[in-house]
Amino acid sequence: MSTDTATLPVGRYAYDQVDRTFLSQRVAQFREQVNRRIAGDLSEDEFKPLRLMNGLYLQLHAYMLRVAVPYGMMGSDQMRALARIARTYDRDYGHFTTRQNIQFNWIRLEDTPDILEHLAGVNMHAIQTSGNCIRNVTCDEFAGAAADELLDPRIHAEILRQWSTLHPEFSFLPRKFKIAISGSPHDRVAARFHDIGLVARPGPQGRPVFDVFVGGGLGRTPIIGVQLRDNLPEEDLVAYLEAIVRVYNAYGRRDNMYKARIKILVQALGVDLFREKVDAEFALMNRADYRLDPAIVDGIRARFGIPELVAPADAAQKLAADRKADPAFDRWVRTNTHPHRNDGFISAVVSIKPDGGIPGDITADQMDLIADLADGWSFGEIRVTHMQNVVLGHIRKDRLRELWTRLVAAGLGTPNIGLVGDIIACPGLDYCSLANARSIPIAQKLSARFADPELQERIGRLHINISGCINACGHHHAGHIGILGVDKRGEEFFQLTLGGSAANDVAIGQIIGPALPEDETVDAIARLIDTYLVLRQGDEQFIDTYRRLGAASFKDAVYAPA
Amino acid sequence: MPLLENGHIKDDTWVTIAEDAPLPATGAVIVPFARLEEGLARAGDAPLGVAIGPDVDAALLRPALPRLGLVAVTFTTFRDGRAFTQARALREHLSFSGEIRATGKPLPDQYEFMLRCGITTVQTERAEDISVWQQAHEIISVAYQPSVLHERTQGLGLRRFLS
Repeated sequence: MSTDTATLPVGRYAYDQVDRTFLSQRVAQFREQVNRRIAGDLSEDEFKPLRLMNGLYLQLHAYMLRVAVPYGMMGSDQMRALARIARTYDRDYGHFTTRQNIQFNWIRLEDTPDILEHLAGVNMHAIQTSGNCIRNVTCDEFAGAAADELLDPRIHAEILRQWSTLHPEFSFLPRKFKIAISGSPHDRVAARFHDIGLVARPGPQGRPVFDVFVGGGLGRTPIIGVQLRDNLPEEDLVAYLEAIVRVYNAYGRRDNMYKARIKILVQALGVDLFREKVDAEFALMNRADYRLDPAIVDGIRARFGIPELVAPADAAQKLAADRKADPAFDRWVRTNTHPHRNDGFISAVVSIKPDGGIPGDITADQMDLIADLADGWSFGEIRVTHMQNVVLGHIRKDRLRELWTRLVAAGLGTPNIGLVGDIIACPGLDYCSLANARSIPIAQKLSARFADPELQERIGRLHINISGCINACGHHHAGHIGILGVDKRGEEFFQLTLGGSAANDVAIGQIIGPALPEDETVDAIARLIDTYLVLRQGDEQFIDTYRRLGAASFKDAVYAPA
Repeated sequence: MPLLENGHIKDDTWVTIAEDAPLPATGAVIVPFARLEEGLARAGDAPLGVAIGPDVDAALLRPALPRLGLVAVTFTTFRDGRAFTQARALREHLSFSGEIRATGKPLPDQYEFMLRCGITTVQTERAEDISVWQQAHEIISVAYQPSVLHERTQGLGLRRFLS
């Protein structure tokens, strides 16, 4: 077996010949399935789950291909390959998704095997980015970098990626299945809005333990996940997850796709009975067969490249001086960076939410630029965030201003992370055949309305989430302000929910009142925000003021314009 | 399609008994789950199999398993993956070593999954050439998780080669 360990990619698992063999076989398999479909040997009904498990959806106007970015990590070479695909097979752009993946919206079925072959050339794929199977495992976008992290969750994210890949028992589940993993006490992965959420921390003998949450999710029935197990030892991670998914596969509903997620099963059985079934399954299993041996973990860990974090002693001082010298840079550092575990370094968030732009859309040229910047500043490592932005994880503090200058020149320096302009929106009726309303234009109008960075910073942390239908791909229930598109007699209306959160203070937003016509929605939100600015006390954030005062204080602003 | 075992055609020595058909006194028969007691009550030691729907808990077969030579699991549609879990429960928890037969409407593209969950034979109405099933068995040679076939892991990590 080849062990090309000389140049391990930083922050993600390095493929070797065995993994590449697997990927090329998978491409050949899909090529053959496409041929059988074209020859008529497979009906569309039969082909559908096969193409979905290779990321290929049929949307309103064309096929969409969703490419997996495992736990949001990719290298500059992979980003350049995505740019090539955008240019060759799509319309020069791609779209980052809330599962840290990227999707292309204008794909031809017959090109797909070739695209997958291009992807395989840089060790990428579209496996299980769709379908009723275990989807891309998501992870903290500051993993391995964050100052507040207890444990780098990417090693176990990779283990779960491998374990779930073409799982023989769990590829035809009742419904899709999403897992997120965090190694920080500050939840940046929405652990309790996942089918399984894992929170890792160091345990005895330096081996990790996991708190396991189950049955959370958004969609038509938003439910906060419950803790199924605490302190799960690392060696039982695979066995315990097998037990959970096995119970779900056996008992999850299959008669109604809207009631088929694990959250409905957990609610129907009650968490105690569900846990009893999982524990019974777990007790029956031959744990030796499923044991996640520390040697397996360490073997996979050894395939991860580690950045050499060496910074000049005065790096932090240099950054402080740069910030003092340039207020615009200082603002961007305040809004778009995250503390690094190494004092000479910092993580930078590249906003893919320009003023008035489409959240998460990125052009091929921008992809190439980010790849170059990653090579120059962050060990060639790139992270896609569930907020549809990009993180460069390990920037030397003394070189941050130079990076910012390049970003600003390319229109990628918008200082709005975590602010009003950092909107999550689903593709909506512009692309999606399920949508009732167009999410993107609302996002663009809001983003343009609040473009002033000074105003955004004054408003403070505020998450706006927009979904074009009740399937909730824009996670509107988890937004501080959620916007849901509904259809009323052929007209687009938008319903507002307030008070949601996907973080440690997890909550489901509550509907404030009747839906608003499209042309009144942005004004109503502006009045809502104005009201908050009047009512806030001290340095309260929107969510704090809302929780202190309740919905009533905001209702007049939304429905009774002055 | 003829009966398939490990990618090859096999003679079917079993007779499947419908819900309302008379049960022959001799010969290898597969009875519906609802008629399992009747099958077990037959005199002699003629081979007995049982066909279960996807909603049957495999553990219910435990008392009968020593007498059973075959369990048929059913894919009422290829989208319903419960038969995979039933097959694994039969192998892993119930130590069943007889034939597990997939019936109904599975896709050839699910063949490798079936084998790795412990299904040994396939009986379907599908019209494909058997080569499509053989190819589905051979096209992927690497897997990343344990299965009832106990494939050998390759070096460090979860990977193993399929035979």
